[in-house]
Amino acid sequence: MSLTFNKKIFDDIDKSHRKWRDELDRAFESKPERLERFSTVSDREINAIYSPADVKDQSFAKDIGFPGEYPFTRGVQPSMYRGRLWTMRMFAGLGSAKDTNRRFHHLVNEGQTGLSTAFDMPTLMGYDTDSPKARGECGKCGVAIDTLQDMEDLFEGLPVDMITTSMTINPPAAMIWAMYIAMAEKRGIDRSVIGGTIQNDMLKEFIAQKTFMCPPAPSVRVVTDTVEFGTKEVPRWNTISISGYHIREAGSTAVQELAFTLADGIAYTQAAIDRGLDVDQFAPRFSFFFNSHLDFFEEIAKFRAARRMWARIMKDRFGAKDPRSWWLRFHTQTAGCSLTAQQPYNNVVRTALEALAAVLGGTQSLHTNSLDEVLALPSEESATIALRTQQIIAEESGVTNTLDPLGGSYFVEALTNQMEEEAFEIIHKVDDMGGMLAAIERNYPQQAIADAAYHYQRQVDDKQKTVVGVNKYATEEKISLELLEINEELERLQIEKVNRIKNDRDNKKVKYCLDELAEACAGKRNVMEPLVEGAKAYVTLQESCDVFRQVFGEYRDPGIY
Amino acid sequence: MVDKRKVRIMVAKPGLDGHDRGARIIARAYRDAGFEVVYTGLHQTPEEIVESAIQEDVDMIGLSSLAGAHKYLFPRVLELLREKGAEDIVVCGGGIFPDEDIEMLKKAGVKELFTPGSSLEEIVRWVKINVKLR
Repeated sequence: MSLTFNKKIFDDIDKSHRKWRDELDRAFESKPERLERFSTVSDREINAIYSPADVKDQSFAKDIGFPGEYPFTRGVQPSMYRGRLWTMRMFAGLGSAKDTNRRFHHLVNEGQTGLSTAFDMPTLMGYDTDSPKARGECGKCGVAIDTLQDMEDLFEGLPVDMITTSMTINPPAAMIWAMYIAMAEKRGIDRSVIGGTIQNDMLKEFIAQKTFMCPPAPSVRVVTDTVEFGTKEVPRWNTISISGYHIREAGSTAVQELAFTLADGIAYTQAAIDRGLDVDQFAPRFSFFFNSHLDFFEEIAKFRAARRMWARIMKDRFGAKDPRSWWLRFHTQTAGCSLTAQQPYNNVVRTALEALAAVLGGTQSLHTNSLDEVLALPSEESATIALRTQQIIAEESGVTNTLDPLGGSYFVEALTNQMEEEAFEIIHKVDDMGGMLAAIERNYPQQAIADAAYHYQRQVDDKQKTVVGVNKYATEEKISLELLEINEELERLQIEKVNRIKNDRDNKKVKYCLDELAEACAGKRNVMEPLVEGAKAYVTLQESCDVFRQVFGEYRDPGIY
Repeated sequence: MVDKRKVRIMVAKPGLDGHDRGARIIARAYRDAGFEVVYTGLHQTPEEIVESAIQEDVDMIGLSSLAGAHKYLFPRVLELLREKGAEDIVVCGGGIFPDEDIEMLKKAGVKELFTPGSSLEEIVRWVKINVKLR
């Protein structure tokens, strides 16, 4: 029986729904529906209409409630955007630290409220620019960071005690974070006041993004070291940004993104508890990162379901008592994989729709992709349009006037419930395999995502899914954009810079720091303090990473498809 | 009649770029089209790719790159193939390439480049027309 409506009302609704459906079916006998099947981008079938019948088992108090109230379906804070807008945080990184520093200043001057750093491939993989593996990659998809000197150049003139910084870094997250702490401390700013986020989510690397260095088990051990260190030393830092973004970009469905992300969160929580930490000490500093794809309502339902599921997981499964441990706070990025190289100006519209879904889903922070991001790193002009898109949503559209405006929509609530149920099924499957590490070893998430990606591509090829400008409304006309180019000279200059630093530093101190690090890795001591000391002595990123590789071993892609 | 062997294709990911959604979809599409497929997995150096292509005796290498390092990595693969006397292995590429780079890569010997939006059918058809058994 309905928890929201009494039986009599519900029976009446049911009767009129059936009558409506009968009439509709009769109408379709002569002129059928436009499509045989209406489905989301994740191929979830959607009904023609939703009514109280679709949410009959839902309780307002238990399942929906008010923002800031358990289970937080409608938002984590009681005031949401009426109190404070989301953080507009544009992901930026290009060429050298000095180039990126200029972009940071530009974005802050244009009204951006937080920083977000993109690193180049060698940095992401733990190699210095002078490594043979780094040939041709310096500065190409982000900024190159080899030593503390680069970190100092990157944040020159930016108030790191006032502004929070997000850094998208995974295998060498501990090293990069150590450099950031060292940079702040050299300026006289205490580690206890700096705020920001390191992505530091290794599990999703094995599942989807594929920047990895050491095998899964030691990778999780290092992540747990950072959680422990952050809890005790850097209390304003988000130690992990548990990420579904890359899972979705790799081709998963919305439900798979939801399920695998929360399953990763469960694994990190368990690992920290096993370390002896109290759940309410560290869980409030876990943050999340989701994709906002094109399917508007499915995405909104996903965000709402994610909040409710995490609250339930933390309270029921882990016994967390502090409400802040129950909060799923998340950053969102619009879907890079939804952008098209063809007719690139259409990307502005796609991004606006995706950003709107993120806002209606209650995100805490947002990156909007630039129209040219499918072709190159964004130009300054296109990055500004993307930022303006957020400002228009925030300050012109009126959607921020009320909280969770879609709460109570039969469709959105039904979809939220359905996605929660399906995602919990996947999480139980992962539990049955023995947890996420075991599931990754069996390639379960990797294979499930590859299947979904292939299925979607087939649907696009068969025109069951429309991609405007690509498989429909295509034109011959070529639109050329002014793309940002990375100077090929940069690699040589950056190699000179790191070599100069290696010559000038105290190499005895460097050796001491690396020995300390190796000892910490091999034993049980937390790796963070030796890394901060090393950063201050200008130990390079790769020198520290090589210690990890030596002690923990290297992970190779199994290459399944 | 002599049994004709199947066309053998290596799908390869050179460099540090981890974007493998495209490469894995293409590998499946080639397999479903009846070709024999070897997928290298991620993070291969040009040297490793050329060495295993020769060892696996492939007719074609499909290189995938989405993070901007193609201008060094692709020509390097072709250079190594020539050094090893295996320049008859056809090389094509897929990923994100600005127009000027496409010209440059074709001059360097990449036979065809597929950019986002290319259909699987088109990519498979190209192999059937352009790749002969070595």
